[in-house]
Amino acid sequence: MIFATVGTQLPFDRMIAALDEWAGAQLDRRVFAQVGPGRYVPRHIEHRRFVAPAECRARMAAADAIVAHAGMGTILSALEMGKPLLVIPRRASLGEHRNEHQLATARRFADTGQLLVAFDEHELAEQLDELQRRGRPERISPFASDQLITALRQFIDGDDGTPLAA
Amino acid sequence: MAHRRQRILAVSSGGGHWVQLSRLRPAFEGHDVAYLTTESGYRDDVAPARFYTVRDASRWNKLALAASASKVLWVVLRERPAIVVSTGAAPGYLALRFAKLVGAQTAWIDSVANVEELSLSGQMASAKADLCLTQWPHLEGGRVGYRGTVL
Repeated sequence: MIFATVGTQLPFDRMIAALDEWAGAQLDRRVFAQVGPGRYVPRHIEHRRFVAPAECRARMAAADAIVAHAGMGTILSALEMGKPLLVIPRRASLGEHRNEHQLATARRFADTGQLLVAFDEHELAEQLDELQRRGRPERISPFASDQLITALRQFIDGDDGTPLAA
Repeated sequence: MAHRRQRILAVSSGGGHWVQLSRLRPAFEGHDVAYLTTESGYRDDVAPARFYTVRDASRWNKLALAASASKVLWVVLRERPAIVVSTGAAPGYLALRFAKLVGAQTAWIDSVANVEELSLSGQMASAKADLCLTQWPHLEGGRVGYRGTVL
């Protein structure tokens, strides 16, 4: 089972349509997609507009692989669970977000090898095939880097010895 | 060295902001933390901590923003935190501003998603927060520091 999510705020029909089309050509591939407030109605995949946080987590945990917009919430959750992940960045140039930060996020993570990226809908089918072949990635720690935790802890404890750059 | 137990108010919007806030929790250990976010479904993530929700109002919807602002103000006055920490976005910025009314110290950690520039709320927060951190070394400068990432 593939779990797909576009996040809670915005539609992302370009991703859902491409995923739906790919799923239609598969013989035995089950896909559940959280599609948000989009207009496209999928024909080949199970879908719902919104999924509550607890159910979303349960569906992610049960999935073999995850397909998502390049939102940090989904990326971090999938990496924490050690799930094979494919992201497709929302493009501000297509009215899918306010700025191009998802493109920058996708580029950054593509370099780390922790996930797969389809930079547009045309790459999605190829990357979905690749996703099937991927093993489970190493789980990341559920907590921030020691450096950030220490900095914040020192601030909270009021012994922030290192002032910020002037 | 033993430290005084502080009241902390940790604030974030839903999705990635909340996941990043959750990853900071070891920094709150030993303190008294309350959470304020936009999604009631997150309550169980942090139970039994005190938990409040506010509607997610975008900056450009003035009426909803005013309603959200009153709720954030109410939570800050009720909690009277010594420290307010936020990972964004709009509700976190509001909480940082109101925190000054109760004399709290404020920290803003801008989302790791903001690779090319600080978020709008982060840019506004950087002028006000006692600690403002980016998660990208190349965005460090002025009042904005870099001390690692949520990863």
